[in-house]
Amino acid sequence: MSDYNFAYLDEQTKRMIRRAILKGLAIPGYQVPFASREMPMPYGWGTGGVQVSAAVLTPDDTLKVIDQGADDTTNAVSIRSFFERTAGVETTTTTQEATVIQTRHRIPEEPLSEDQILVYQVPIPEPLRFLEPRESETRKMHALEEYGLMHVKLYEDIARHGHIATSYAYPVKVEGRYVMDPSPIPKFDNPKLGDMPAIQLFGAGREQRIYALPPYTQVVSLDFQDHTFEASKADQVCGLCGAEDSYLDEVIIDDKGGRLFCCSDTDYCEGRRARGYKGPAFPGSEVAA
Amino acid sequence: MIELKDVSKTFTLHNQGSAAIEVISGVSFSVAPGECVALTGASGAGKSTLMRKIYRSYLTQSGAIRIGGVDLVQAEPREVIALRRDVLGYVSQFLRVVPRVPTLDVVAEPLRALGVPVDEAQARAQELLSQLNIPQRLWSLSPTTFSGGEQQRVNIARGFAHAYPAMLLDEPTASLDAENREIVLSLIEEARARGAAIIGIFHDEAARARVCNGEIDVSCFTPEVAA
Amino acid sequence: MTPLLSVQGVTKHYGAHIGCADVSFDLYPGEVMGIVGESGSGKSTLLNCMAGHLPPDAGQVIFDTRGDGPRDTLTMSEPERRMLGRTDWAFVHQHARDGLRMGVSAGGNVGERLMAVGARHYGDIRERATDWLDRVEIDSDRVDDRPTTFSGGMQQRLQIARNLVTGPRLVFMDEPTGGLDVSVQARLLDLLRGLVRDMGLSAIIVTHDLAVVRLLADRLMVMKSGRVVEAGLTDQVLDDPQHPYSQLLVSSVLQV
Repeated sequence: MSDYNFAYLDEQTKRMIRRAILKGLAIPGYQVPFASREMPMPYGWGTGGVQVSAAVLTPDDTLKVIDQGADDTTNAVSIRSFFERTAGVETTTTTQEATVIQTRHRIPEEPLSEDQILVYQVPIPEPLRFLEPRESETRKMHALEEYGLMHVKLYEDIARHGHIATSYAYPVKVEGRYVMDPSPIPKFDNPKLGDMPAIQLFGAGREQRIYALPPYTQVVSLDFQDHTFEASKADQVCGLCGAEDSYLDEVIIDDKGGRLFCCSDTDYCEGRRARGYKGPAFPGSEVAA
Repeated sequence: MIELKDVSKTFTLHNQGSAAIEVISGVSFSVAPGECVALTGASGAGKSTLMRKIYRSYLTQSGAIRIGGVDLVQAEPREVIALRRDVLGYVSQFLRVVPRVPTLDVVAEPLRALGVPVDEAQARAQELLSQLNIPQRLWSLSPTTFSGGEQQRVNIARGFAHAYPAMLLDEPTASLDAENREIVLSLIEEARARGAAIIGIFHDEAARARVCNGEIDVSCFTPEVAA
Repeated sequence: MTPLLSVQGVTKHYGAHIGCADVSFDLYPGEVMGIVGESGSGKSTLLNCMAGHLPPDAGQVIFDTRGDGPRDTLTMSEPERRMLGRTDWAFVHQHARDGLRMGVSAGGNVGERLMAVGARHYGDIRERATDWLDRVEIDSDRVDDRPTTFSGGMQQRLQIARNLVTGPRLVFMDEPTGGLDVSVQARLLDLLRGLVRDMGLSAIIVTHDLAVVRLLADRLMVMKSGRVVEAGLTDQVLDDPQHPYSQLLVSSVLQV
């Protein structure tokens, strides 16, 4: 038994956060203010995600924590051990075995089920922030559904780069009403947001906002009729497992500029390799190098 | 077409001890379509004042001024604006020049205000400017730098661009040479022939005799200056 | 005929000080109304009350809306008023910076109102924006430049384009030529005259410059200390002013 209350936060705080979560689920895409607590990690290190996870965890849950798709980065490991200590829950790196998955900036490649909750870490919840710095004004815009400015941002992209250059944190419209920032996930992941069987919760600790997507919600990425949304990724296969449809990291492997593309989702990649798939990094594999 | 009844005008100069100057009083006359009436009288008798009142640039303290049945003294501003656009034309003594606007557009403007398409309006403007001997090379320039006579002719071209049923002409032939005076007088005759009612001020007796069929001596309506 | 805008008894106090008092007038489609007065006359207060930027203490501002006929804009809900501000109404600020997004390209600035009312075709939006830049005499290859790189006159013309792109029926202008060089002013006034005539706009222009009203306005209201002291046709008020203050104002203008 640890010296901490279950999952670190006191019961009243968890209640407050759960209320915010319920409100967020009731109004998909709407940013609910909440009283973000001081956590034992600094702002910018996932305090929002941690508070949401703490509020939804039960002793029977199995937790997975990923950071840019990987279970083994410093932050993922830290947060996982934080919950091991303060909540005593089972943890895993296998997506299908987890009931609560906290993620920084990626959606797992394996499709999620109705029994799972995905908790996103969010730096800046307001999609309009960089165009309209006034909070008073952005709140009005959301309330009055005045989203012309969002399209101005995309227009500017096309004018400057010839195409919509936004490649992560790509804004979406939820249930035809609220425009939402899906957190800095690559736009490749955007299609997974819609109609997902799992509950998706978004927590921004520093900005003190929670928002949510209940299961099977309609989520549409913003675009123009003549510049439609494309969920693009590097035109490569995973060097390790040969996957053609997963989001890839580009890793520099030597000081001669050699590089390897490999699945960002480490569990997905391991799973494929365990089943015998081999990518072009292995000599003699089925996939041509 | 144009009817004045018992019209009088008083200027009150508040910043000069509220001196009240009654300029004219009790003016009554009418002008039928096709007629041209000259306002005569000594300088300062009130001819231009009366003309300005008929155009509604000056307010009228009492009486009625009817143009085509609309009483200008009582009319709403928008009625006056509509009247000036469609019915009542005014050629003032001096061309008020808007800087930068080419001569062609200055002349075409009254037609454009009526919704006439650009090409048609400019064509008519060209016609008039040619008639009035304004050379083509000047059409794209602003009249600001033109001579007095040239400005006057541009002013007249603008005044005659639209076929107004009622027209007010203040010294239309001043600063013009014989040839151009002749052209202007024939424009006036044409206007009369199509049924316009015209009131004009002409210093030139010969011009007056040529185009007018009646005279009103304004000095009869000038009262003694208020003590 | 229904007035496009009917202002009735608009009054605004700043504590004991009168901002504007009991102003009423009707504006018809296609009319341009000038409001002149010196500093402190209340003309800007009046303009801001009418345009919905400042809540007046009393009065009504009834606009003949396209869908619902005459409605008092002061009692409209905020979404309705904001929608009006993006479609049928336009507001040209004295300082272009207040009416533009300085961090967004010229094309984006002009296109914003179109996108705000649902335009979703990039090519069309860009074309319309470029067309408007042309109409306000801004070189169309500046379409991707930010207004920070424009001169004052160009910024003001961009502001006008941004406002007029959705074809509003009523434009409020606050000292549109203030702070601009004389030649730039002349060009801007020409442009405004042409647009007002070609688009059949109604406009309410606040200015202290009598030459601007002589050029642009059909009707004029003279304000002093928050009250309208004289109103009428522009040329009549300027040629035959009745009120002592109007006479003073007109006689004070230098003839060049």
